[in-house]
Amino acid sequence: MTEVGLFIPCYVDQCYPEVGMATVRVLEKLGCRVDFPEAQTCCGQPMANAGCGDAARPLAERFVDIFERYPYVVCPSGSCTAMVRRHYADLLPSSARLPAVAGKTYELCEFIVDVLGVARIAGRFPHRVGLHQSCHALRELRLGSGTERIVPGFNKVRGLLAALEGITLVDLERADECCGFGGVFSVEEEAVSCAMGKDRLADHQKAGAEVITGVDMSCLMHLGGLARRQKRPLRVQHVAEILAGAAP
Amino acid sequence: MSARETILAALRRSAPPGVPRPPPPGGTLTFEDPGAQFARMLGEVGGSCFRVPSEDALRAAVAALPVVAAAKKVASLVPEAHPGNVHLAAIDDPHALASVDVAVARGEFAVAENGAVWVPGAALGPRRALLFVCQHLVLVVDPGVVVHTLHEAYARLRFDGPGFGCFISGPSKTADIEQALVIGAHGARSAAVFLVG
Amino acid sequence: MTAHSARAAAFVANEARMHWHDTALWHVRSKRDRAAASVPEWEELRTQAAALKAHTVSRLAEYLEAFERNALRLGAVVHWASTPDDHNRAVLSILEERGLKRLVKSKSMLTEECHLNGFLEARGIEVVDTDLGERIVQLARETPSHIVLPAIHKKKEEIGELFHEHLHTAAGASDPKYLTEAARGHLREKFLAAEAGLTGVNFAIAETGGFVVCTNEGNADLGASLPRVHIASMGVEKLVPRAADLAVFLRLLARSATGQPVTTYTSHFHGPRAGGELHLVIVDNGRSALLASEAHRRALSCIRCGACMNTCPVFRRSGGHSYDATVPGPIGSVLAPSREPGRYAGLPFASSLCGSCDDVCPVRIDLHQQLLTWRHELGERRLTPAPKRAAARLGSFVLARPWLYRALGWLGRAALRWVPRPVLALVAGPWARQRELPPAPRLSFRAEFGRRRVRP
Repeated sequence: MTEVGLFIPCYVDQCYPEVGMATVRVLEKLGCRVDFPEAQTCCGQPMANAGCGDAARPLAERFVDIFERYPYVVCPSGSCTAMVRRHYADLLPSSARLPAVAGKTYELCEFIVDVLGVARIAGRFPHRVGLHQSCHALRELRLGSGTERIVPGFNKVRGLLAALEGITLVDLERADECCGFGGVFSVEEEAVSCAMGKDRLADHQKAGAEVITGVDMSCLMHLGGLARRQKRPLRVQHVAEILAGAAP
Repeated sequence: MSARETILAALRRSAPPGVPRPPPPGGTLTFEDPGAQFARMLGEVGGSCFRVPSEDALRAAVAALPVVAAAKKVASLVPEAHPGNVHLAAIDDPHALASVDVAVARGEFAVAENGAVWVPGAALGPRRALLFVCQHLVLVVDPGVVVHTLHEAYARLRFDGPGFGCFISGPSKTADIEQALVIGAHGARSAAVFLVG
Repeated sequence: MTAHSARAAAFVANEARMHWHDTALWHVRSKRDRAAASVPEWEELRTQAAALKAHTVSRLAEYLEAFERNALRLGAVVHWASTPDDHNRAVLSILEERGLKRLVKSKSMLTEECHLNGFLEARGIEVVDTDLGERIVQLARETPSHIVLPAIHKKKEEIGELFHEHLHTAAGASDPKYLTEAARGHLREKFLAAEAGLTGVNFAIAETGGFVVCTNEGNADLGASLPRVHIASMGVEKLVPRAADLAVFLRLLARSATGQPVTTYTSHFHGPRAGGELHLVIVDNGRSALLASEAHRRALSCIRCGACMNTCPVFRRSGGHSYDATVPGPIGSVLAPSREPGRYAGLPFASSLCGSCDDVCPVRIDLHQQLLTWRHELGERRLTPAPKRAAARLGSFVLARPWLYRALGWLGRAALRWVPRPVLALVAGPWARQRELPPAPRLSFRAEFGRRRVRP
């Protein structure tokens, strides 16, 4: 049985518990034993992105302490995972313990595909779905090839979704443009942030999506918030929930 | 300390540890038919490519170009392509070339990947402005050598002494007004390339 | 609110225009994609280019000395300038010593950086920008809003009005062909009357002492080949070691910038033309300081293609002028704080850190990492707003204490459920202007998970 330490983003813990529960269900369905160390709170990304390394550092140290005992750490968020794998080294450059912990921290979909070696999860999702490519997942974790690079195409998230029975993944005009959340950017540059998000929604709606999904609830919180205010016929749902077999 | 000394000292002081030269790139783009690719790329940027088997055919083809037929002043550095009616050797001041309708110049080779022709400036001397101030440009590449990419191009070029040379790919153009492509900005309004042989 | 965010908000407010600007630049990005895809070895070329630049800057002084030696041997005159003022005075002295008053200029972001035009005009020199986009903004008394597409922010009707006023084109005319033809005639007169031509330098070749200038319009060549005196301004980082290296950069440049395989003209200048003069002005202006910075020296690799601007979702929706820097967009947000950290402390935050710029940069500059590094450096220098730093410290305090985090989380959700919406909207501020607030479940995930475990 694969033992997994579950790392849940703070905003998922507080506002979207169903995403965390879905993550647990998916992992258990795939034969993992999931533990949630309660001492965890937040990866520290908001502080780091605000330029306050000193404020983020203690949280990075806590992360290492809390999670180093697990063979794998899995997180239903690309940006929090990227924080650990790509940016903790800047906060803790001389930590001897960090590299091992960072090396075993995975976003959910890449864990399923790369570690568990599972290419398809049985399930039914007969809906028109727009896949939003969260930027950190795409460009920092390389969950997909992206439209900028001239490399053979691949997408771990899309692969898992496409295998679901009845699903239609719609074709967007701009397959991986940023939604505009960007953490504090969403309030500091509110005008541009919302313009970016609204353009994403228009793209998804034009492509015929009913549900917008992605690996980062932060993007979906922003897109969902815009969609509800605009009263658009679009819902957001995290990939974990779709894979866990939930209806929208 | 002069600006020169200040700058060089600052650069030496700030230099990071030495990074070696990378090895040259491995496999680069090649085309099954470089000539056809060149013609296609030149066409895409608004120029035209003509293949002619001989000098006689060249002369006839150049004369048949509408811009040449309509031209009052033709300045030619390629007598076998067109005799020209501007006595270039007597002109030292390039301003005198402003009224030239068609310029006929020699290209050394063509580049398939981007529709460019290398035009060495030696034959032009102080009159290199001719290539840009004319209304229409004709380039003659004889023999019609076409290389695949710029890598092969630079393998052929030597820059040993003073001089000018230019890769010219098609007519001048701009898209500065609402991204609308307009052929014929400040340089030539049209560019015809003749590959001989 | 930063200076950028305020200007960006104004740009966004004109929704039609913002979308028009965004669509135009996305189109250029798409052309880049197609051009890059036509070169199977594209990613290898980028790696080569990055490595060549890294190698070059690690021996920059040596290469510059070789370049100067070779350029002098070819008959060029070489001037060195530490500051913008040095540069401007060098150009002025070349003109004044020869009694020259009419200068034509092709595109050079370096001369924008040095504010050359204003300096020369104040001293009686007529300066005409000959790149069509640059001429348009010059007539409009604006600065370029994009380093490759200077007038991308202007509609053809506006350009038509501008040309009607200055070039006497027909009133109301806005056809790009008609306007370009008018500019051709107008600028042709200027080329022919010019007494000196100034160009930028795209690449300077250390081993030969020559340099390369790339244009589509032919304006640099007309300016360099009609008047007797050619002045070429270059930053120290423009160097490449050998002529053969040009192949790598030239294959990347135009494809990255506009999606064309190459610019119409790629001119190689080695020494002055017979009977003419060639002056090279080599400028530092903060580049040696960048070289000294381990975090930011890769920004010196920039070949000024503008691809990062075309791909940046923020740039496309806020416009180049919102950055208030000579070079805007992602690369500008990395370069500007190096020169004026106080003034440009907001620029590294004018980004959602999406990372698209990194992936289109032909020389693999780690732009989004550098933006993040700038945020840290500016924070350490106390150049970011104090409330932001205080909020981060407070957040850290709370999040290091799970009991406090849980308590405040519970309170926050309760507030979201019970506090009247208008009050919430007020407290939530900018978030709630156009977005609904996130949900406020009764139980957090950890509570639900805990229950699940407890349940028999």
